[in-house]
Amino acid sequence: MLETSQADEQTFAGSVRLVHAVGMHARPAVKLTKLAKKFQAQVSVRVADAPEWINAKSVAKIMAMRAAHGSTIEIKASGSDAEAAVAALVDLIATDFPDGNS
Amino acid sequence: MRNGIAGSSYRGRTASIGFAHGPFVRVDQLASTDRVAGSLVDEALALRSAVDTASRQIADLAAIAGGEAAQILEFQVALLEDEDFIAAIFASIGEGARADAAWRSALDEQITDYSSAPDEYLRARSSDLADLRDRVIRALQGDQCATLGIPSGAVVCADDLPPSQFLEIDWSGGGGLALLRGSPTSHVAMLARARGVPMVVQLGTFPATGSTALLDGEGATLELDPSAEQIGLFEARREVHRKSRAAARAILRRPAASWRGERIKLFINIQHVGDLDHADAQFADGVGLMRTEFLLTDDGGLPDEETQFQAYDAVLRWAGQRPVTIRTFDAGGDKPVLGFTHDGEANPFLGVRGLRLCLAQPEIFAVQLRALARAAVRGNLKVMFPMVTSAEELEAGRKLFAHVVAELQANGIAAALPELGIMVEVPAAALAIANFKASFFSIGSNDLAQYVLACDRSNGALANLLDPLHPAVIELIKRTAEHGRLTGTSVSLCGDMAGDPRCTSTLLECGLRELSVNASTLAPIKQAVDRLSGGGTHG
Repeated sequence: MLETSQADEQTFAGSVRLVHAVGMHARPAVKLTKLAKKFQAQVSVRVADAPEWINAKSVAKIMAMRAAHGSTIEIKASGSDAEAAVAALVDLIATDFPDGNS
Repeated sequence: MRNGIAGSSYRGRTASIGFAHGPFVRVDQLASTDRVAGSLVDEALALRSAVDTASRQIADLAAIAGGEAAQILEFQVALLEDEDFIAAIFASIGEGARADAAWRSALDEQITDYSSAPDEYLRARSSDLADLRDRVIRALQGDQCATLGIPSGAVVCADDLPPSQFLEIDWSGGGGLALLRGSPTSHVAMLARARGVPMVVQLGTFPATGSTALLDGEGATLELDPSAEQIGLFEARREVHRKSRAAARAILRRPAASWRGERIKLFINIQHVGDLDHADAQFADGVGLMRTEFLLTDDGGLPDEETQFQAYDAVLRWAGQRPVTIRTFDAGGDKPVLGFTHDGEANPFLGVRGLRLCLAQPEIFAVQLRALARAAVRGNLKVMFPMVTSAEELEAGRKLFAHVVAELQANGIAAALPELGIMVEVPAAALAIANFKASFFSIGSNDLAQYVLACDRSNGALANLLDPLHPAVIELIKRTAEHGRLTGTSVSLCGDMAGDPRCTSTLLECGLRELSVNASTLAPIKQAVDRLSGGGTHG
């Protein structure tokens, strides 16, 4: 069966302030990509108003974003679980990348 | 001993304190042996298999490493699992590139990117990536690990050492790490401190031969094929260190120090942002003195505003609510800086140095003040001027600072004028202390003693005369502390005597309640205060 119903699915978006003291460094970047990969949806992020959206599942690109402490991160996702993906990523960043959870 | 027959001794920089006495093992750089390239498909398969091997090795290491080490390794694994990143490498193999060349060039691109980052913590990641690059290349070449077979307890010497190789070495039987290059802020240095492995970096070059070695992480020395006498001295230092650390470190974890019912605040002095990685730094009440001269000398040129801001901001973030006192450039005297300090002064210690120099070069000073004004809104920042003689100098500095703040704010940049204080190191300032409208005072006892006693502190022949406990020096410290008490102004002391337990009781008797010391002496000083207040037996 061909899955060609993408056009019917909604795109969800959210934004959140990066409170992590040192910005998007290795540890937060790894957590973010790991979480994004749990969703089937295509998830993209960018620093507010940056020209390009970045694949949230690529740690190299997330690190290259160089998001600084205090910057606003925009998230958008499309796919079957897009809404949950945006909510999960917003929560991860807002709660400052807590240890121990999934 | 100086003729090189036995006991050659080398000095570097401390990255992790501790002592190691063991066989000397040289780890060589990865040999760049060529492998024979196969077809496009073979190359892609070879890289896939090397990446899998590397992933497995790293996962094994992470399982035994735990904590911070595991986090470093997680980043490497995440990169290997980054499909966008890996796909680009396979694409270039598809276009005819050899597996090792494609991999190396993709990683080198990342490494270059990281090593040019303005942020010191990001720059440090470049060595993790070099580690990952070499691990996959080794897997491609089918090599064994370079660190395999290192005996337990060895003093390991390398040009630089990646974190994963550090983790492959068995440190359970002691041993230490001596690097010719390396940095105290690198990941491997953080790992060494976390593991308690002594480590000395930036030893420069030395002959790579030797059978046994003594590594003193505290004195930052490496001694090769030591004589019996050298070994005796080394073991004595190790024993003193062991005893005092055990007793003092227990004290650090107890509540704040107090003496005669008054709280004694203990701050740390730092030379570099990386000094905050010291295991004991967390127990400090704040940063009592952050020197900024390292910004002037690290790569020769004068640092731009952003580089400075990043350094100040990193320290403020570390400190959280705790105060951070940053001292403006204290160049000149025995610290010449090309393009900044004045050449050819007959008496540089009595010359254009400290605040004098900054006021003489307002365009350079303004860059630092801008960076500080921006940092002031990010935490509990205090700024102090060094080498102040008259109240007019403090006011001139304040005026310049206020002007810079107004300019930044007019441009919509968040900035504030922090609390301003002065170093008390010129005797005239100590004697006329009431003239200064400073928010705080910090006694620089090294220079104060030098000027009061008329002894050049770089002249070894005067070492005995240069006594910081001379009654004249003590009198000035006492007066300054008394002035602080009467006016409700904080007075601290940040010179070497603050970190010398033999001086602690005198300083407390003088009326000082704040001392600022190197992180490594925080424990012995807290212990000294505790002993003086009759503590140690209760609570």
